[in-house]
Order: sequence, then structure tokens, then C-alpha cells
Amino acid sequence: MAKQEEVNFARNEQSETTMIPGRFARKMRTCLIWQFLRFVAINIKMLIVVSKSH
Amino acid sequence: MARLLVLGGGVAGHTTATFAAKWLGNGHEVVVVTPNAKWNWIPSNIWVGVGQMTKEEVTFDLAPVYKKAGITYKQAKAVSLNPEGSEKESSPFCTIEYTGEDKTGETEDVTYDYVVNATGPKLNFGATPGLGEGSQLGEHTVSVCTADHAEHASHELQKTIEKMRNGERQKFLIGTGHGMCTCQGAAFEYIFNIEHELNKAGVRDMADIKWISNESFLGDFGMGGLHMKVGGYVVSSKIFSESLYAERGVDWMIGAHVSKVEKGKIEYELLDGSTGEESFDFAMLIPPFAGVGLKAYAKDGSDITDVVFAPNGFMKVDAKYDAGAYENWKASDWPRTYQNPTYKNMFAAGIAFAPPHIISKPMSSPNGTPINPTPPRTGMPSGIIGKAVAHSVCDLMTKGEGAHLHEASMAEMGAACVASAGKGLTTGTAAAMTVYPVVPDFEKYPGTGRDTDYTFGEIGLAGHWIKHILHFMFIHKAQLKPGWTLIPE
Repeated sequence: MAKQEEVNFARNEQSETTMIPGRFARKMRTCLIWQFLRFVAINIKMLIVVSKSH
Repeated sequence: MARLLVLGGGVAGHTTATFAAKWLGNGHEVVVVTPNAKWNWIPSNIWVGVGQMTKEEVTFDLAPVYKKAGITYKQAKAVSLNPEGSEKESSPFCTIEYTGEDKTGETEDVTYDYVVNATGPKLNFGATPGLGEGSQLGEHTVSVCTADHAEHASHELQKTIEKMRNGERQKFLIGTGHGMCTCQGAAFEYIFNIEHELNKAGVRDMADIKWISNESFLGDFGMGGLHMKVGGYVVSSKIFSESLYAERGVDWMIGAHVSKVEKGKIEYELLDGSTGEESFDFAMLIPPFAGVGLKAYAKDGSDITDVVFAPNGFMKVDAKYDAGAYENWKASDWPRTYQNPTYKNMFAAGIAFAPPHIISKPMSSPNGTPINPTPPRTGMPSGIIGKAVAHSVCDLMTKGEGAHLHEASMAEMGAACVASAGKGLTTGTAAAMTVYPVVPDFEKYPGTGRDTDYTFGEIGLAGHWIKHILHFMFIHKAQLKPGWTLIPE
């Protein structure tokens, strides 16, 4: 079975020149431990931007 | 006792009214005029539109909240302003027309000492033939602009899913319904939430999903795009967006002005001047926004609407409206205090203020049709502007006309944006982004217009958790529950 990114790249010309995540990157998007760490990191980044904007 | 009149009860108006009531106490009166009986957390309408939330979860009754805050609430729409009063009334006043409280259709002149126009947009469906009439959604497409629209969209989506389950292939067309639309972010969220739901329903392989937008490139979002730090690189939102569309199997058509909508079909014109047709079984097309159509009259009754409002119906404020060509645009063109230059006791907040120009590079087809996104002024900027305006007005009311005005330029503030790409506690994803500043400042940041230390984006489950938590936080804040002032805008 072809990798998902092979299927996506092959769809049409629009998709051909894009950057498509592979299996590892896709998996990490819903990996609970990694995403919990990202949750903390993103919140800190957002709070910094919010504090600079008030 | 002075009176502050706030027109509109959305993010900007509600923020202005609630903070003003808190800061002014019992010494002055705050009056809110809004045609809606309910407050709506609009960002979550996306989830109502795919059946993942109910209308009741994203709305609440305004009356008890305003009663608790000591705010006089009138369920009515503003019709006109008389900033100099009239021959019969010496004070400035606003004419309102009731939409509820058993007074529907009745009019009243509400006098004021200060007025904040936070009326938000008129959903101008009528700008595109077939998309709707005036501010009313038509019969061929759906919308997620209001909670009622989103509920209707959800029902239509379920019917479409049923057809796919019965073996009927369906085509989805999501995006903007006119060349001058804003709010691409809402359509972006909706298309990926639909894709996510079709996957969950097991019918994704029966669906063709296409994005249509007035952006000249994917990821413009009405902000001229953004460059953000991703994986150690500084990349354009074009790459970020195209990657997501390709990954999720969504085709796209950009630089498109939808010129006509019919049953199952749209007609469009592209930036290269070519025209074409696109069919659909299910379409959600965001309408363009316009001012709500407030009129203004001088003391002698003469029409001064063009003095107070820009031609698009939004209120003129302290912006530089004569900046000229794109090459001359500067961050300093953008307003700082949102005070009307003619009538100093009038302010505008949120979508209701007239921006000096668009943010994206202006574009038009060889036929002269403008096709470019108009500037977003929703969400966090709306709230921050509403709070700054409340601060200014409160100071003017308590310290006198010489009080310092508070500033909140969109060219100096950042924004956090979380765009849902699918809902689910462990399977959901969202693009979490920050942008600083909202309006690019190419004098300060000559390459990207923004500070790349504070402009970033990533897609993942963490973003979804943040969006879901924000849903509860902002409804808690808007209901003035304990600690509401601690939650930032």
C-alpha cells in the first residue's frame, strides 16, 4: 500500500509542489505526551504575545 | 450623571459596555442597544455547523448579564445618529428601533453624552446575486456567520452525509462568496471540520472538497499572509496552508470573485480575468461585510452620513484615509484611539470602524473587478480595541474632556488565533498561531513586516485543546462570572 504522502502528492498538480507531512509528523500531531508538551509551550508563547498587546 | 451609549453587543461592544460599567460604577449610566437577545461566541459556530455543538452551547441570554452589571439593555437596532441633536432635542441622540421586549417596530430617541459604535458588520449576502437578499442568507448555500445559520448548516450537512452513505457522490464548495470578503479563517476552519467529520462518518472517499477564495494566495487570511517560525525555519503561511490542503485532499481555487450563485452552481471571475462555473452539492460561502447602514443627521436635519461614515458604512475614526497607493501605505495609517475626527464624543470599536485601507496587496482582474480580502478586525483585536475605547470614554466621563485617550493600534498589537481543523478530545487538531503585529510594519520589519520571534504557527491536538478551553473561558468572561476581568481579551 502506498504511503499517504505518495497518495497526496499524486492527486493533482496543485499538490505536487507542496510540503506534505510524513507518517512521523502526522503521528506527532495527535501524540498525547508530545501534544501536552506543545500545549504548555504554545500557551506560554500566546501569553507573551497577549501581554505585549495590552 | 453622564450616559454612555454602546451600539452593539458583540465582542467589541460587550467588552466596552461591561468594562465601562465596572469602572464607572453607579455614578454614570451605560446603555447597550443591540438587536439580539443572545450573545454568541462566534468562533464556536464552526462546531455547531458540523453538529459537534448545539446553538445553546455557544449562546446565552444577554438580559440577566446586563442586569447583573447594572447596564441598561435595549433590544433594538440603531437606525441613525444625531451627533448635534435636533431642533427639538438639544442633546446628541441615537434613534433606535426595537426588535424585542414586546416593542418590536417601536422607535425611540436615546440621548447620550458618549457613544461607541460597535455594531459589527452587516452580512452583505445581497452583494452577490443568488447568495442572498440584503443581510438575509439565500436558499442555495449555507453559512456559519450566526448560530442559527450554523445550526441550519449542520442539518444540511447531515442530509449530504446521508446521501453519501447511500452511494451518492457529493461535492463540497467552501470559501468566500465575493471578491471583497474577509473572515477567510472561518471558512478555513469549516472546510477542515467538514473533512474531519466526513472521515469520522466513513464517507470521505465519497466527497470532493474544494476551497474557493478571494485570496491571491492560500494563507493570506486578509492579513497579506504571514511569515512564521515552523521547525526552525521562517516560512510563509502560503507553504503552511498549501501543505495542509494537500495533506487533507482539499483542492483550491484562489483569486476568485463569486459573481453569481444558483442552485448547485456558482459563476466566478479570476484575477487573470477568466470566468467559469463550478458545481456543488453543498456550499458554505462567507458573504462580504458592510457597515450596518446607520445614517447621521445634523441639527438642521441635513444628511451628514458621509461626514461620519466611510462609503462602506463603517465609522470614520483617527485613521489616515488618504494614504493613497499601496506603495505609500504605512503601519501608522491605522487608528490608535478610534475617536471620530468630527465628533469627539463618538468612538467606533471592532468591525464597525473604517480601516484606512486593506492589509493585503490590492488586486483586481483585467476587467477591473477588485478581488482581494478586506482586513479582519474580529476576535482578540476587537476585544482589545473595545477595552481601550471603554478606558478612554470612562476617563473622559470622570476626568473631563482633557483626559488622555488610550491607544490600541492594530499595527502595534499582536493576536493569537486558533483555527480548528477538526474536533475531538484525542483526534482533533487546530492551527495555533500568533501574529505580531496584526498589521505588518515594513519600516520596523522590512522583510516580513512582523516580528518572527512572536509570529509562529503549528498544527496539532494541543491547538484543539486550546480552542476548546478558550470556548469555555470566553463564555465565562462574557457572562461576568467570578474572575472575568482576569481573562485577557
